[in-house]
Formats: sequence, C-alpha cells, structure tokens
Amino acid sequence: MSDIQLPNSGKSPADEPDAGRTPVRFRNPGLPAHRHRQADVDPRAAKRAERQVLAMLGLSAVGSIFFIVAYFAFPLDGTFATLQVSNISLGLGLGAGIFFIGTAAVHLAKTLMPDTEMFDERHPQRGTEAERTDAAAIMVQGGQESGLGRRPFILGGLVGAAALAPLPAVVLLRDLGPAPGDALAHTLWDEGVRLALDPSAEPILASDVTIGSVFHVIPENLYESDHFLDEKAKAAVLLMRVDPDVVDVREDRAGWDVDGIYAYSKICTHVGCPVALYEQQTHHLLCPCHQSTFDLTQHCKVIFGPAKRALPQLPISVDDEGYLVAQSDFLEPPGPSYWERG
Amino acid sequence: MRTLAARRRHPAATALLLLMALLVTGAAYTALAPDRADATAAPTVEGATGDVDRGQELFLANCATCHGLQAQGGTAGPSLIGVGAAAVDFQVATGRMPLAQQAPQAPQKPRVFSDQDVADLAAYVASLAPGPAIPEPGQVEVLDDAEDIAAGGELFRINCAMCHNVVGAGGALTQGKYAPSLEGVEGRHIYEAMQTGPQSMPVFNDDNITPEEKQQIISYLDNVQSTPSPGGWSLGSIGPVTEGLFVWVGAMVLLIGCAVWLGAKSS
Amino acid sequence: MSTTGTNAYTPTSRTARLSAGAADYLDERIGAARLVKGFARKVFPDHWSFMLGEVALYSFIILLISGTFLTLFYVPSMTLVEYEGSYAPMYGVTMSEAYASSLNLSFDIRGGLLMRQVHHWSALIFVAAIVVHMLRVFFTGAFRKPREFNWVLGVVLAVLALAEGFTGYSLPDDLLSGNGLRIIEGVILAIPVVGTYIVFFLFGGEFPGESIIPRLYILHVFVLPGLILAVIALHLALVVAHKHTQYPGPGRTNDNVVGFPLLPVYAAKAGGFFFIVFGVIILISGLVSINAIWNYGPYDPSPISAGTQPDWYIGFVDGLLRLMPGQPEFTIAGFTLSLNVFLPSLVVPGLMVVALLAYPFLEQWVTGDKREHHLLDRPRNAPVRTGIGVMAIVSYCVMWAAAGNDLMAIAFGLSINDLTWLLRFAFFVLPPVAFVVTKRICLSLQRKDRELALHGHETGRVVRTADGEYFEVHEPLSETERWVLVQHEAYRPLAIPPKKHEDGRKVPAHERLRANLSNFFFEDRVEPVTPRELEAARHHGDHEAIEQPEGREAERRELGSSV
Repeated sequence: MSDIQLPNSGKSPADEPDAGRTPVRFRNPGLPAHRHRQADVDPRAAKRAERQVLAMLGLSAVGSIFFIVAYFAFPLDGTFATLQVSNISLGLGLGAGIFFIGTAAVHLAKTLMPDTEMFDERHPQRGTEAERTDAAAIMVQGGQESGLGRRPFILGGLVGAAALAPLPAVVLLRDLGPAPGDALAHTLWDEGVRLALDPSAEPILASDVTIGSVFHVIPENLYESDHFLDEKAKAAVLLMRVDPDVVDVREDRAGWDVDGIYAYSKICTHVGCPVALYEQQTHHLLCPCHQSTFDLTQHCKVIFGPAKRALPQLPISVDDEGYLVAQSDFLEPPGPSYWERG
Repeated sequence: MRTLAARRRHPAATALLLLMALLVTGAAYTALAPDRADATAAPTVEGATGDVDRGQELFLANCATCHGLQAQGGTAGPSLIGVGAAAVDFQVATGRMPLAQQAPQAPQKPRVFSDQDVADLAAYVASLAPGPAIPEPGQVEVLDDAEDIAAGGELFRINCAMCHNVVGAGGALTQGKYAPSLEGVEGRHIYEAMQTGPQSMPVFNDDNITPEEKQQIISYLDNVQSTPSPGGWSLGSIGPVTEGLFVWVGAMVLLIGCAVWLGAKSS
Repeated sequence: MSTTGTNAYTPTSRTARLSAGAADYLDERIGAARLVKGFARKVFPDHWSFMLGEVALYSFIILLISGTFLTLFYVPSMTLVEYEGSYAPMYGVTMSEAYASSLNLSFDIRGGLLMRQVHHWSALIFVAAIVVHMLRVFFTGAFRKPREFNWVLGVVLAVLALAEGFTGYSLPDDLLSGNGLRIIEGVILAIPVVGTYIVFFLFGGEFPGESIIPRLYILHVFVLPGLILAVIALHLALVVAHKHTQYPGPGRTNDNVVGFPLLPVYAAKAGGFFFIVFGVIILISGLVSINAIWNYGPYDPSPISAGTQPDWYIGFVDGLLRLMPGQPEFTIAGFTLSLNVFLPSLVVPGLMVVALLAYPFLEQWVTGDKREHHLLDRPRNAPVRTGIGVMAIVSYCVMWAAAGNDLMAIAFGLSINDLTWLLRFAFFVLPPVAFVVTKRICLSLQRKDRELALHGHETGRVVRTADGEYFEVHEPLSETERWVLVQHEAYRPLAIPPKKHEDGRKVPAHERLRANLSNFFFEDRVEPVTPRELEAARHHGDHEAIEQPEGREAERRELGSSV
C-alpha cells in the first residue's frame, strides 16, 4: 500500500502536539458548550412542555375512543357512502390514537429529558494480537482434535454426503408442475370451431361483423374445458372487419379471412398482455402494457414497441349456417416467446 | 318519467316548455307540409325534431368545406353518407365538430350548436342514406338492478376498459391520440359512440353488443361514477402510478418531516 | 434504572421494592443486569437522516401487524365462485375465492378496508424508506469499512422487499394484478433454456392455472417475511456491533460516538417514532384510497385496463420493458432467444443489484483505504461517488418514468411514440450529464467551503481605508464552525504506471486499471484548508482580521456561544 498517498493517514503530524509551529492540519476543537433549552432554565417552560405532552396523550385517548364509537356507530350496509364514512372515521380515530402517543414520547424526550450529549469510545473490530493468536490456536486445535486431517477419507465422505443430501429436496419439487411438452403450442381452436362472443359464448354470424367493428372472441367450446381460464389465456382472439382493399394480403394467407374479416390472437407476442386496443381508422392494434403496436394492414406486423413477432393469425371461414368458424388451430404458438418455440 | 317529475321546478322548465310548444308547432307543420322522399322518421335531440332543409343550410355553411357539398367527403373530412343521425348527434352535440384545428383527434369542447341545430343537421345527414338513429331516451335510461350493473361491468371490462380504463378514466392511444375520459358523458352519447365508432373507436353494432347490453354498460358507468370512492381520495382512479407518486411526494415527505422534527434540538 | 444503580440503593416505596424484586428475579435467571449495563446507556447519534432506516423497520412491523389481520379473512384459493357479497356491480360475477374474499374483506368487515389500505400503503412506504435509507448510506459513505457486509445485507433486504411486495400485489387476484402475473409469466418464459419449465413448475402447469395464488400466499406470509426478519436481525446486530456512524463535527472523531443514551432519550425518541410512523400511515389510509380492487374486476386473461402498471417499486422494470425495442429476438437452431424481454426484465435489474453489491468493494480497491471509517463523508467531499449516485438515481428515474409513459402522454398532450423515443434517448444521455453536473456542483461547493474557511462570512459592511481603498469586512469563522469545513481528507490519485517497468517487466493490467480508476475518482479535487493557508490568507489582504482585532474577537465569542 506504499503507493497510496493518504494525506494524514494513520499517525499524521496533525495529531501530534507541535508547540510553537503552525500544525499541518486543524485540530478537532472538541464538543461545543452545552446550550440550555428553555425548559432547562425556565420552570414555566418546563411546565408548559409537560402540559403539551399531557395534551397529546389526551388526544390519543380521544382518538382511540372515537375509533371504538365509530366502529359500532357505522355498521356497513353495503353502500359506498357508509363505507367511506366508516373508513374515514376509523382511520382518523385509530390514526390519532397511535400518532399522538408517538409525538408525546418524542416531545417528552426532546424537551424534558436531559439533552447533554454523551459519548462512547469505539474500538476497532479487529481483535488484539493476543486474541487473534488464541483464536487461531483454538481453530487449529479443534481441527486436530476432530482428527479429520489424519483421516482424509472421512472428510471426503462427509463432503460427498453433505453435497448429496440436498438433492432429494430438489427432486421433491419435481411435481410442482407438469413438463411443458408442447402445451403452449396448442389451443382450443380447431377446424370447425365456431368463433363466439366473449364472455357469452354466442356464435358470430359473418354478416354481423360490419366494417369498423371489433369483436372480442373466444372459442365456442371454451366453457366445456375444465381449465377454461388456461385455455382462454391462449385462445383469446380479436376479430376485426376492414375494407379488404386496405390490407396488403400475403399470398400464403389468401383465404384466411372472410371478406375482410380478420381474426388475430389477442395475446401479445411480447409478454402476453391482451392486445385489445384497436384503432379503426389507422388499423393499428396497441398493447396497453408496453405499447407494442401491430399493423392489421400488414398482417399485424410490429410497427412500434418491444414486441418482435407479428400477432399470429387465425385462419377463418364460414360454416353452412353463416357462422364464423376456425379453419384450424393457430399455425404458430400464440403469446410470448419461449425457448422451445422455435 | 321519474327524472322529469323531479325536475318540474327546475329553472329550465319554462324554457323546456316553450321548446316543447315550438316542437308541437314544428311537428304539426311537418305533418301538414309536403313530405320528403325518405321514410325514416326525423331524428329528435332532447325533444327537438330535426328539419332536413334547415339542416342542409347549416351543413353547407358549417360542414361542407371539409365534408363536401353533398357530404360525400374530401381530403379533410370523411364521407357522411350512411353515418346516420347518431353520428351527427355524437360529434356535434359533444362539441367535437366543427373541428377547431387539425389535430391527432377532435377533442370534446363546448358545443356551438343548439339542440335544434343538431336535430336539423342530424335530419339532413340521416336523409342522405340510412344509418344508426339517435337512441330513444328509454334506451339509455340507467338501470338500477345489481345484475344489470354487474353484467354491464363485465361487458365494459371486455370491450371498453382496454382503452377507456376500468372506471372510464381514459387512456392513451398511438401517436398522440387518446381514449377520452367517460366521466360525466351522457348515456346517449356513450350509446351513439358504440353504435357509430367515432374517430379511432371501433364500431360495436347491435349484433356485437345488443341494445340491452349497451344500456347495461351505461348503467355500470353511471354506477361507478355516481358512487363515492369508499377508501377516501381516489387519486384519479388511474392505479399504481398516482399511488406511487403520492407515496413519494405525500407520505415520504410527511414522514421525513416528522424525522426532522424528531432530530431537531428543542428551543 | 434501579438495577444499574449502585449497591447503596435501597428501595423505599412499594413500587420501587416490587420492581427491584422483579429485576432481581430476572437477573438471576437471564443475567438482566449485565444486559442492561451493556446496552441501556449505549449512545446513539442524533440526526434526522438516521431515522430513515427506522421508517423502513417500522413499516415492516406495521406490515406484519396489518397483514396478520388480513389473513384472518383472506382465502388464498383460485376456486371459482359466484360473488354474493354486498358490492352491487359484482353481483353474480364468477370470480376466484381469493378475489371474492378480498372484496368481502373490503365491504363486509368493519375496518377491513382500512387494514387493507394500511397494509398496502405501508408496503409502498417500506420500499420507499429502504431506498431513501440506502441513498443516505451511499452518499455519506457509511458503507465503508467495517460496514461493507451490512451494506450487502441491506441490498439483500431491498431485493427481498421487492419480492415480498410483488407477491402481495398479486394476491387479490384482480384484473390488474392478474395482468401483472401474466407479464411475469412472459418474462420467465424468456429465460433461455429453462424458462418454460420454470413457468410450468411455478404455476403448476399452464398460466394462470389454480396453484399460483396459494403458492404466492405461502411465500408472502411465511417464507419471505421470515427471511426478511432474519436478515433484519443480522442487519441490526451489526449496527450494534459497529456502533452507529456519525456526521463530522466538533468533538466527533473516528474513535468516539457522540449522542444520547438509549435509556431514556433514544428509547423515547425511537419508540415514539414507531407510533408516529404507524399513526401517519393509518391517517393516510383513512383518507386516501389505494388499490381499489373492486374497480378492476376479477382476473380474466382476455380483458385489460388502460393504464396497467405495477406498484411503484417494480415500475423501473416495467419501464425498461417499454423502452426496449423489439429487434433483439433471435431464433437460433430451432430455439428462440428473446433478448428483447430477457435483457430489460432480468439481466439489467440483475446487473443493477450486482453493481450495488460490488460498489463498496470497488471503491475500497480504488482508494486502497483499509482503515475503519466511522465519520461520515459530506457528499460534496466525495464528488465522484456523489456523481455516480446521482447518475444512478437519474437512470432509475428515467426507467421509472417510462413505466408511466401512457399517463404522461395524456397529461402533457404528447404522442406516446415520441415520448418513448425521448425517454430512450434520455436513458443514455441524461445519466452522464447528471454525473458531470453533480461532480461540478460538488467541487464548487468544496471551493465555497474553502473560501468560507479562509475568508469567513461576508458581512456586507464595506470599509474605506485611509488610502481610499474599499473592502468588505469578512467575519472569520469560529473554531467549531470552521472544523466542519476543514476536517475531511482529500484522496490523491495514483500515478498511472507506464506499460512496462524500466527493467522490461510488464505492468499488470489490473494495476494500470486501478491507477486509471483512481485518477477518474480523484483527479479533480479540492484540498481542505490547512492552518498554514489560513494564516497566509490572514496576512495577505485580509485587512479586517488585523485591523479590528478587539471588536472581532468579542463578536466571535458571542457567535461561538450561540452556535
């Protein structure tokens, strides 16, 4: 550490009395004289402080009693007005009951308890040399008495066994959940599954979807599923109708729409919020969580924000009765990216 | 009728009475005067029945610059053929039209046209092609039944909350556009907005959200807006952001203030 | 008190005899006398900024108290039920038992809403107080030897507090927190290789499943609070072992601690402060609404509300997620690497924690200072550290602001896209600017201190000398006043070694790095005034010190006694 230049580190000249010459550093002047408070010198001020503390304790008592009275005085009747009154009075009562105990104690300490500053000596954390030598000797002795140094196989066995012992705990956690498999890649959508309104599950006639409309859609068979929220979290779809001319149709997706009725996954490809905001003039879909913006006219390609992939499109057609149906499941996994997604 | 009875002594009652007298005269006139070709009934706004010819005059003077002489649309404004009386009432009676300046979207502002003007304009636009009509007062009446309010809440959360926020406080859209707050918006205008899809808002036709469901949504909004916030000051009902702000500029400042008092030497 | 007194003490009154008896009983069984003697008169320095950690500690205790009340009514179950409570707009709606019981707790239990609000407000205050406390410790250099481990424990506590907060935020199973969980699912899915498995193990299958709420519940009410309590115990034990740091001042040295004794002054002040914090939080909870869960409705994966944000302390992660552009997602050999999510949500926050953990050790390496430090730095006297701290605050605030970009866009009538771009630039531009500006301000303040120590206060009195020269009379500082300005040390940078020693051996890269860092830290510095400099200043040009010695002395004494 000799290359470090610490001014006045350790025993510096400033600390040494150096009569007659100007010291290199200033010396600590020591604690300034104690200044008396009013309550120290004026008995009336002390009396006043005492009364203030008592008044605070009185306020506290009033608050606590007010709380108990309010608790019984305002039985909840299911209206917001009563609840509001109850909440405010309980809060003010209990709050005052507790707050003023605190101010009373602090005020008492500040005005009436001695305020002469005291000091404690500090001692370095480091033990004395003797303590350190003793400690080291104890450790060495303990090591020797354990005999592990002489019996290396026991030590090795101990380390090995101790390393293995936690593994059952890890294995025990295996059944926290099933292996993912390809669960994230499949949804309830399948050939012929009708598109239905969220939440009523009423099927949707193609003719009902007028230009500029947006329908929030679930598979008609959603509620037949045992875990319908899990299914809804993957299968939620947004249905929009636009003038077919505005869409820049990709050849491989010709026939996925019904006269400008498009169905796209509603689950953001970023981290899974519902991309539910549809601007019917610009045909942009916006995710309210992180502002990923998807352009319906370009097959929901990302045009702004933190998502990378376009929203998956659900190919749809019309059944014999004129209801909208899926042609198949999504052709790629909907929702956020994951490692095995490919 | 309940509301009408309650407002009988309202200062506006006289004015309303006069207006109704005018309306009756107007209606009588319409009945006697030679009828126009279209079969749709003339729209009424707050009791004022629209007059197609006067509406056309108003249209030419105030709207045609952008929307075209025959309302066929132009570069500055969309075609109004087929938008219906509901769209006119929504845009003009909420002050959104006429536009004050080109902006990402037309804001709500003090209206410039009277109910009669709006009715006339609506009548003219409705006469061009069939479109959504202005809802009858009964269609936008607030329902008191808990089940209706709950159903309205569920529909609102699925269809509206993503833009307008769960209690209708409003929210941001792209490029400076926004979904306005629904605080204090009349049921009639909420109904019309769903039917006609003004500006960025998509259309929610009667097959998507039925008239009864629209009424339930209006009732839900009325319920959340007319009840007080039970927990105290609501901080704008926009969630954790204002709560976080309050923690720092309210609670922490208060607590640090207490600590400063505690640490300060008594005089 | 009597137990600590001398043997000559004889109890006279009945109460005194009783307490003496009790003290005797306890001492003979648990050695109470030794405990009291060892701790009751321990001295604590008095300063408001030393109470910030107590705000955190107390809000944690309040969380335990209010949380216990909540567990009496809350049902951690995702079983779907039909709501039949008294809140009309939810009547008949299908929801989880967790949400239904949270509604019942709010609407049908008197004081339940108040306790929910107390719990939630104290949670937000808990984390805020931790942050403020951490900033105080950082800017005053209280993390220096011997307190490095305690800094590390503090960082661990901060991370545990975030986890505790988030698990609690999710429990009501409302639409807002459910969408928060959905985002967490997306974030975990983005972890390379194991992400999907973690999600399936955490949620017990696919999202949302029926296991997550009970699992978060046990983490929230048992595992995490237990850990937090254990770490708090260690944190406080180390504070006792090290004794509290203190600000520099007359009479305060590195070898003493000046303040008030635990009994009675600090017991009253710190004990009273607990009641103050508790009282303030309850008053706020009675008057200001927080997390109105009834507005959000039950969780359902399809709806969402505009303005969906996490609680403030997770905001910086949400903001980073918003700022990050989507490009860096790659598909390599059939596997998807979603850096657009993984980087902002896990890597950057992870690095932030690592930086926090490492800072005390890094600074010690650079300064090479292995001494114990019990006197705090005034932030201005460590310009680079203060600059780094402000830079960190500014970066944090940019991320945090980004989490509210939608609300800011509306409030200021801006385009959300423009605002996001603005914040993306600000994320890179503002922190370095903040660093430079802060460092400069610190150096200027130090120069001002020097000026003040050398020439004293300006008095506004202008005097004309016999030669016709004008000068302003300066009031020299009292010794105690001056001490604060001159007591600190200025480190000097290491000389940067050449690439090779003279004998041709290479200088190790880490030595050169260390020298460079040392220069970065201490190249610009203002040395404290020395007695010689003061003397010189008085001889050269400071007429007043020579010309009116008597009056000045008298005034100074007066000044000194009143400070």
